[in-house]
Amino acid sequence: MTLADSTKSPKSGLKQFLSDQMRNIAPIFTLIILVLFFAVQSPVFFSVDNLLNILSNASITGIIAVGLTFVILTGEIDLSVAALANAIGITMAFFTIQPDYVNIATIPLPGVICIILTIASAVALGAVTAFGVTKIGIPSFIMTLAMMQIANGVSALLVRGQIAYIFPDFITLLGAGKIFGLRWSIIVCSLLLLFAHLVLTYTRFGRYVFMVGGNREAAEYSGVNVKMIIGAVMVISAACSGLAGMLGVAYFGSAQQNGFDDFLLTAISAVVVGGTSLFGGRGGIGNTIIGLLVLGVLNNGLDLIQIDSFLKILIRGLILLAALVINVYAQKLKEGTAEG
Amino acid sequence: MNTSSVRLTEGAKAPSVSGSDTMPILEMRHVSKSFGGVKALRDVDFSILHGEIHGLVGENGAGKSTMMKIIAGVHAGFEGEMLVSGQPVHFRSARDALAAGIGMVHQELSVIPDLSVAENVFLGHQPVTSTGVIDWRRMNDMAREQIASLGLNIDPTTRMGSLPVGLQQLVELSRVLFSGAKLIILDEPTSALSPPEIERLFTVLRRLRDDGRSIVFISHFLDDVLAIADRVTVFRNGEKVITEHAAKLTKDSVISHMIGRGSANMHMGESADLAADDSKPIVLSVQQASDGVMLHDVSLTLRKGEISGVYGFMGCGLIELARTLFGKNALKSGTLMIDGQSIRFASTSAARQAGIAYVPENRKMMLFRTEPVFKNVSIAILDRIHSILLKTGREREISETHIKDLQIRPPRTDIALGNLSGGNQQKVALAKWLTHLPQVLILSEPTRGMDVGAKEDVIRIVKALRDRGVAIVVLSTEPETILTLADRVTVMKKGMVVKEFTTGHIDKSDLLAAA
Ligand SMILES: Nc1ncnc2c1ncn2[C@@H]1O[C@H](COP(=O)(O)OP(=O)(O)OP(=O)(O)O)[C@@H](O)[C@H]1O
Ligand SMILES: [Mg+2]
Repeated sequence: MTLADSTKSPKSGLKQFLSDQMRNIAPIFTLIILVLFFAVQSPVFFSVDNLLNILSNASITGIIAVGLTFVILTGEIDLSVAALANAIGITMAFFTIQPDYVNIATIPLPGVICIILTIASAVALGAVTAFGVTKIGIPSFIMTLAMMQIANGVSALLVRGQIAYIFPDFITLLGAGKIFGLRWSIIVCSLLLLFAHLVLTYTRFGRYVFMVGGNREAAEYSGVNVKMIIGAVMVISAACSGLAGMLGVAYFGSAQQNGFDDFLLTAISAVVVGGTSLFGGRGGIGNTIIGLLVLGVLNNGLDLIQIDSFLKILIRGLILLAALVINVYAQKLKEGTAEG
Repeated sequence: MNTSSVRLTEGAKAPSVSGSDTMPILEMRHVSKSFGGVKALRDVDFSILHGEIHGLVGENGAGKSTMMKIIAGVHAGFEGEMLVSGQPVHFRSARDALAAGIGMVHQELSVIPDLSVAENVFLGHQPVTSTGVIDWRRMNDMAREQIASLGLNIDPTTRMGSLPVGLQQLVELSRVLFSGAKLIILDEPTSALSPPEIERLFTVLRRLRDDGRSIVFISHFLDDVLAIADRVTVFRNGEKVITEHAAKLTKDSVISHMIGRGSANMHMGESADLAADDSKPIVLSVQQASDGVMLHDVSLTLRKGEISGVYGFMGCGLIELARTLFGKNALKSGTLMIDGQSIRFASTSAARQAGIAYVPENRKMMLFRTEPVFKNVSIAILDRIHSILLKTGREREISETHIKDLQIRPPRTDIALGNLSGGNQQKVALAKWLTHLPQVLILSEPTRGMDVGAKEDVIRIVKALRDRGVAIVVLSTEPETILTLADRVTVMKKGMVVKEFTTGHIDKSDLLAAA
């Protein structure tokens, strides 16, 4: 519409379009640049094996990022995702028989019950966060920080410094198995992304998520149950983290304290680098997918071109900073062009 | 419009007021500006003299704010020329304009709620001590003094967000009025002010003018404009119709310039004959309601097919009352009954589901600026038109009907709401409640910021809703709005009900006297 109507003053129309789309264009552009750069630098980068490798490395982060996208779209944040994933992965191990040499006081249960119970614990922890944020009114930033510590505590108590190796067969299949050479985790992550995209784009709940993020006060004055929406996204996020934790431990082959330490930063980065607004209301799963690919390609590529591994950490930080700058800048542009 | 009884009519200043200064302080030549396909201004010439108050009027969407934003450097790109004191200039930002001595108060409140009043007054140019640290004592003292000259007694360390909208508007005004700007642009500065406050503002404006400053004053209150302005310019549809000495204009002639035809059918009430009918069934009632902060023992009864007006000066508790009825603020004591059932709302969504609709006084609180118009309209009825999946086509259809009914311009459903003019945004805020008739409609300042024509539209729509059985409460600080709409009137003061009018003839002075 904007483009079609702008024939008379192409400049201002194009400018408007670009500033509207800045948050979508910048990440895609970044992705293309990175892919070209690494393809030139390393001959193996474009091999099928390597590309699948990128995808499978991104798949666990991807599952966490789905839930996080919902949360960030409402303008909230969830810092407990990684700790929660770890705690849930460990909880699952706790309900599964471990080999003798693993010194953990487990409570073995049949696989199905174990899985159901584990998912229920994830949802329960999410419900606690939701209660704290909506009913008590603790800012999500602080509430999820507390939840992060609680989840770490649960992990520590359950494994007591040990490492668990055995998980229900079905989960092991999803986390570590392959079909036609494709990892199941990639399929699960893709299906979840697709499902979340459909929910956000085509359902009433999805619209509420965007509107609450766009202007919380206005949503409230339009009679939207803002607290319920925010509570729901916190629970969704916890459920996604829980799922990621279950598949993740199977993917790594072990459940232990600090197993998911890198994932908080990577998952938040993926959502933000993809262009979903930190202030809420703009972005979506499409953005998150691009963000996941950017980070996936970056990590993989940096390994391939054998760069100083200490420098890698810094580069990741710089990329995140650049994404944050673009994110905030895009928000300003958008608001600027819609000035009343 | 709402101050004719309290205004000093020193109206017309002869053109000779600016005697020696024949050169305009600002001259705009052949200015055009379009947004995408919308032509907001077409080849407009416009000039402002030294030491004059220049009134600018026109219908919603006529281009007033757009012209002012160009002058104030907000819209950097436009066709045409701009000269300040005879020198061509090109501002790239509001900062450039400020540096050139041009300050603007925008139509939309732009204060920072989390900062103190004093910090808001001195935003960006806080006084500093010799060591470069912010001089809080001096800043607070200066702020207090400036606000006091507008007749307010506010502690400058109060958090801005805790003040009612009207006071925030005054604080924002004082920021620009005392910034030392040579040209001060006020875009609908009085929309949230009570008559005494307007009067004080006008005194300050006249003093500034007599100091040689120039002021542009935009308002839909034509009486006010004619009283305060030396010259008046009328915009219609992106074009300038006329610039004339205020003394040579009358309200009727201004209106006919604005709408391009006679103004025979304009009648905002100066008085009213009330006809409250106690036999109509009660839909909603509050008894002895207190919120523990502002409201004390407020009782109010809304009847099916009746419009109850609640009048009071700014800060008398109108806003709090509306919020309480809509479940936004909690009731500390007292009862709220709907259809005879006592009820307490845990959330605004509970109130909406009980059939209550609310249009707040401040557009920003109600609208999603970056979202398209149709999403703004449909948000309140999503659960009626969709169960799980969205049907966007249906949403657009509904929006289109409302756009036609309310004559919202431009008539497009997918343009971002922030791109509509102020008055048209207000119409969208009303539109969202019109699809599924609520039982109770709470309207806070429903005509604020609307031009005469739009006001008529709103009045027509509200009356039609009443005739279809909706129980309506109109809360307003504009007596005309109350007198035009209400079947019964409640007057509030300091959070309490002080007077009720149910039958007989009342006029503006009755309301003002009671409040
Ligand atoms: N940023 C924008 N993008 C697109 N269109 C815009 C933008 N700003 C204004 N317009 C359009 O330009 C026209 C003039 O708007 P403007 O805000 O100047 O009206 P106004 O005279 O101030 O009206 P009101 O009395 O309602 O405030 C309107 O049709 C409006 O929709
Ligand atoms: Mg305007």
